[in-house]
Amino acid sequence: MMKLLNKRNIILILILLAVVFPFINQNQYYLHILTLAFIWTIAVYGLNLLAGFTGYLSLAHGGFFAIGAYGLGLLTVKGGLGFWLSFLLAPLITMAIGLVIGLFALRTKEHFFAIYTLCVGYIIYLVIDKWESLTEGVRGLIGIPAPEPIGPITFTTPIAQYYLTLVIFLLVVLIIYRIVHSLTGRTFIAIRNSEELALSLGISTKKNKLLSFVLSTFFAGLAGAMYAGFIRFIGPEIAYTTITFDLLTYMIVGGIGTLAGPIVGTFLILILSQNLQFLQDYRMLIFGPLLTLLIIFSPRGIVGFILLHYSNWKTKKRMTIPKDQVKEG
Amino acid sequence: MILQTSQLTKKFGGNVAVKDVSFSIQQGKVNAIIGPNGAGKSTFFNLITGIHPPTEGQIFYKGEEITKYPANKIAELGLARTFQTTNLFERATVFDNVVVGHRLRTKSNLFDAIFRTKRLKREEETCKEKALEVLDFTGLSNVSDQLVANISQEEKKRVAFALALATEPEIVFLDEPTAGVNPDETEELALLIKKMAEKGLTVCLIEHKMQMIMSLADQIMVLNYGEKIAEGTPEEIKNNEEVIKAYLGGGSASA
Repeated sequence: MMKLLNKRNIILILILLAVVFPFINQNQYYLHILTLAFIWTIAVYGLNLLAGFTGYLSLAHGGFFAIGAYGLGLLTVKGGLGFWLSFLLAPLITMAIGLVIGLFALRTKEHFFAIYTLCVGYIIYLVIDKWESLTEGVRGLIGIPAPEPIGPITFTTPIAQYYLTLVIFLLVVLIIYRIVHSLTGRTFIAIRNSEELALSLGISTKKNKLLSFVLSTFFAGLAGAMYAGFIRFIGPEIAYTTITFDLLTYMIVGGIGTLAGPIVGTFLILILSQNLQFLQDYRMLIFGPLLTLLIIFSPRGIVGFILLHYSNWKTKKRMTIPKDQVKEG
Repeated sequence: MILQTSQLTKKFGGNVAVKDVSFSIQQGKVNAIIGPNGAGKSTFFNLITGIHPPTEGQIFYKGEEITKYPANKIAELGLARTFQTTNLFERATVFDNVVVGHRLRTKSNLFDAIFRTKRLKREEETCKEKALEVLDFTGLSNVSDQLVANISQEEKKRVAFALALATEPEIVFLDEPTAGVNPDETEELALLIKKMAEKGLTVCLIEHKMQMIMSLADQIMVLNYGEKIAEGTPEEIKNNEEVIKAYLGGGSASA
């Protein structure tokens, strides 16, 4: 009971902190970075659902992020649709493309799956980069509108955008939490654990893998659409492989297959790299070795490390309690 | 005869792993498959449980042909299995490992998960109750909240049994259920297998430990180089020339 209360309190404090942040910190730049961090975290959650909980490492995630972003961009700029309708459609389009790609990609496993999806991701980049008549190629898409006001609420100020992102972010976390803790989540974990065993337990691995894949593309698409609506300018580089590997790094540092991992990893690295900006690309000299060490000593990232030590500590405590009781008796 | 195979054959390339095996599993009995290493026992299991499709031949379960069914469909019909290696999720508790075993009898989907519907809550409850029930049956109640990484090999085997039982099967296929456990523990597991048969389950197992098989099985099939060389009661098998030859490589030694 104490544990539950503590956990709940920590979450409440974090949410409260996020809500009051714009009042504590008047620096618009930080607000901008945090908003972006929320958006990236959503994408990382999608990746984590597939790679962390289902055991399929997709390297096309940046590509799907870009499909979401371009989906919103093209629907509003070229399609003339309203923001919110486009915002609704963009993740759905990403999902539909994800469904088709997933049908093929999931015929492969393990590193073959990673390689296949890496290629898919690069092809998505190439399509966006080269299909100039549709995407404007390297010139990028300019003039993506800001979210239209809903009733009296407008989304033109950075603070309003921050809150909008925060609300969607919290919703995503809630949904992911519920999925992971449901029978569907248990099914995904069973597949990650052993596909053969899952099959023999009567689980349709095909169906569930596809579900997880499509869900992951949905969150990538959602994050992409939010990014496009927030930055309001997008170029093909958002589909590039580096984005995929950035997302992957956030997930691994935070903790693959953990619920808090995407938040911890994304925020930590984004804030760190902001503070190390003066080092420019030499930042990688710090990140590279850190990442390597982390993978060697804690394959499940920072959150995994904490969870492991927490559970060890708990077992120890449990083991010692009976002894004490014996002494007393 | 709850399950029957008819001239089941499996070829991997030019390699014939299982050849023309016709076998029937008797309901409510302990059926054993024995044979030297590489005799095709595990492959035979994989064919029945749908992991591999057979090259030729048919499989019937309660009169229904299930030859081409995928593994998950076969599990739904009531055929559960364990593997030689227990592929359990080491970082989760025993209880959490077993809960998913009942998943195939539930219908909750993503929608139920996101909105935490009544159906999901109800089905989660059923899965948890089922897990408690099979953990109790397999004698694991006292370790149910321990991490799988921290329990013994024998207990892991029991967890694998529990998982199979959670699917509510009619037949359980156990692939070398006592591999890698010591003699005392083997005894314990044999008792558990007996208990499963007494409960009305049909058991079919692959084993190497002769002593255990002879006291446990009602019916034994012997495979050698993918072919059935003998079938019968333990008594018959013990005295079968072919079997002795296969195991001892010729000689006429019989103990």
